[in-house]
Amino acid sequence: MDEFSGTIDVALSDHPLELDTCYRFVQHPSCGGLCLFVGTIRDLNLGHTVTHLEFDAYDGMAIKEMRKLALAARDTFDLQAVSLHHRKGDLEIGDVAVIIAVSSVHRAAAFAGCEWIIDELKKTVPIWKKEFREDGSHWLNARP
Amino acid sequence: MRILCFGIAREIAGGPGLQLDGIVGKSVRELRMALMREFPGFADLTDFAVARNEVYATDEEIIAAGDEVVIIPPVSGG
Repeated sequence: MDEFSGTIDVALSDHPLELDTCYRFVQHPSCGGLCLFVGTIRDLNLGHTVTHLEFDAYDGMAIKEMRKLALAARDTFDLQAVSLHHRKGDLEIGDVAVIIAVSSVHRAAAFAGCEWIIDELKKTVPIWKKEFREDGSHWLNARP
Repeated sequence: MRILCFGIAREIAGGPGLQLDGIVGKSVRELRMALMREFPGFADLTDFAVARNEVYATDEEIIAAGDEVVIIPPVSGG
């Protein structure tokens, strides 16, 4: 048990993510607003057909960075609880890459906190996507 | 020193890590310069960061023996 117990739940997994796990974690009698974001693999990126994606992660640091984000969001937006789960490994079109669930007394904080977490995650958490297209593959954001 | 690589850095290094000697006691800035000199592929990236012991390192930090040093190319999670 640590300072995050009960309010912060972070995971990086090789296995399919479960929405219900995140949802149940953030439920709380004092909360009237729960916000869930689900990021999935889409079939088209910048006009190119995507066949699948590979996610690489620096596990230890990724977990630490995700925990920092969850904690910062909890304290900044006055959230009751934050659940942040991310996938790694090979993902197919339609697979879930990330789930963010947050809860708060009123809805505005939940919407704002959830959006902030996904925006920051994309900037700081050491996870990388390699996109496979019909005409080749490349690591996203890597080159100008 | 063995430096760990992820994402596109793994392809530039030709494996999950690379060997760069003489960097203990040097700054992260010097490490970045040495990397781009020894592995020109790193200079072609949008940018890259360095993590020391699982925390983003500033350019001024000094590499110590025993540090876990990792190249962090532009992230793209989510």
